[in-house]
Amino acid sequence: MGRMGVAVNGALPVNSSAGLHVEIRKRLADPSDSSREFALAAQFSIAAGFTILFGASGAGKTTILDCIAGLQRPDAGQISANEQVLFSSKQGVDVPTRKRQVGYLFQTLALFPHLTVRHNIEYGLAQVGRDERERRSQEIAGSFGISGLLDRRPAAISGGERQRVALARALVTRPKALLLDEPMSALDASTKSRIVDDLRVWNERHAVPVLYVTHQREEVYALGDRVLVLERGRLVADGAPHEVLGRPQLESIAQLAGMENVFECLVRSTRPDQGTMTCVIADSNVPLEVPLYRVDAAHPIKVGIRAGDILVATSQPRELSARNVIAGSILSLRQQDVTVIAEVDCGARFLVRLTPGACRSLALEAGKPIWLVLKTYSCHVLQ
Amino acid sequence: MSVQALTLTLRLAVLVSLILMAIGLPMGYWLAISRRRWKFVIEAIVALPIVLPPTVLGFYVLVAIGPLSPVGRWYHAITGGSLAFTFRGLVVGSVLYSLPFAVQPIAAAFSSVDQTLLHASATLGASRWRTFWRIVFPLGIPGVLTGFVLSFAHTLGEFGVVLMIGGNIPGATQTVSIWIYDQVQSLDYASANQMAGLLLLVCFVILIALYGLRRNRKWGAWGWQ
Repeated sequence: MGRMGVAVNGALPVNSSAGLHVEIRKRLADPSDSSREFALAAQFSIAAGFTILFGASGAGKTTILDCIAGLQRPDAGQISANEQVLFSSKQGVDVPTRKRQVGYLFQTLALFPHLTVRHNIEYGLAQVGRDERERRSQEIAGSFGISGLLDRRPAAISGGERQRVALARALVTRPKALLLDEPMSALDASTKSRIVDDLRVWNERHAVPVLYVTHQREEVYALGDRVLVLERGRLVADGAPHEVLGRPQLESIAQLAGMENVFECLVRSTRPDQGTMTCVIADSNVPLEVPLYRVDAAHPIKVGIRAGDILVATSQPRELSARNVIAGSILSLRQQDVTVIAEVDCGARFLVRLTPGACRSLALEAGKPIWLVLKTYSCHVLQ
Repeated sequence: MSVQALTLTLRLAVLVSLILMAIGLPMGYWLAISRRRWKFVIEAIVALPIVLPPTVLGFYVLVAIGPLSPVGRWYHAITGGSLAFTFRGLVVGSVLYSLPFAVQPIAAAFSSVDQTLLHASATLGASRWRTFWRIVFPLGIPGVLTGFVLSFAHTLGEFGVVLMIGGNIPGATQTVSIWIYDQVQSLDYASANQMAGLLLLVCFVILIALYGLRRNRKWGAWGWQ
């Protein structure tokens, strides 16, 4: 894949080729308690294409972007784009923001409210001759489908259009890298995907490394070729979205990846020949068969299960491949968007996601006894 | 009614508010964006004329520009004249006296400009100079206008500082407010009334215009809010 710098905790492979190379150390205030600090220590390299920087709010995502753009200063480290050093604590280099040529799409977009779309787009082209400036702004406006809006002010266009204008404004300057800070969180999915498609088309020609910050997992699957997971200032995972979020081994990723059920479990026995082990959910006697994982049997482990991976039966199922069949009763049912979330008491509380149709045909209601069916490989052992 | 006093006062007010714009724009920008620890000291110094009795300010300015002070000697060496009891001295004193009325609204308007816009401008390659003229200044115009009008009106009406520095020389340092005081001293209430009424009217019209404009802006007449 030509990807560089998988380094999560180890050393960064020496690599001087094109792309964005980041190594940042910085002390940050703890978002939950401002009197405490935690250390941001992240090291990664990205090549042209989309890379998602994923993490809960307060993990340090925006700080990383700000350091790359030069809006914040790392305590130590090195940042370079296309072989040009933008920041280096060792060499004493700190290129000012305006000379970094790093495009930045802010969460609020930061369009200039008093300038027309045209003047917003041309803002970064002050050094370019007039004809060239017009040619480039026409071209980018065409690429992002905003040619008809050039004489309007940002207040007079829609949210999706503002998004396109902000992208065009950042990209028309031909930046060495593009940083996006949760820019589309306010947009609906179809508007978002059309904009992202346009951005992809543009980037196929220009091959710029794009670092996209988000805390929404749908965006991770939809946008990323690669995802970096940041947890309290540290990169804890790096890989393709389905690899990282599909097989989460960290509780933080589990929650980000939509594991509605996370249980503390005690290992009772291991069966290396089967690749499984049996454990019991703490403070209950619900047994679970889970994939074998090298753990210290004396210590409790955490097991994450997606609510949508659990089957429900109204009579005890037999002759199944699934190894976990757990009896329980429904505590409550509630509608969430187009699905129903059932809370089920089996000694431990499970959240189960069902379709409304399944809910009706099984005549589910609070108090009804049911059986939960879980495949071994739907149970994810978390580190 | 003394036309001489009136034109002198208007000349003084226009000149002082223009000078205050030249000082107030960079100073307001600095106060708006600076993160220096000692910024509050500058803010306090700027605000000082608001609370200081005009006679106290006038007294110190008089001493400072007098022939015995370094400033006075320096000025004498360059121009051969003195600042005390001249129109120029009046300008210096009025600039100091009206400084907060120009700087404070400007600084407030500039600091209310969204920081992210300044960051966006920087990431698009703009210098601080360009960011100021293309972003901060246009978005802060209502505050700049307020600063201009307030320093103009405040200079129109000043009395104590003018009296301390300028004395009461018709055609050189006699402003409207001092002229009115003179008329009252000589019990010419009718002249005093005319001039006072005119000054009242002028100040009122200025403020009406200012607040009217600000209201308009809020309602979107300026196009971007």
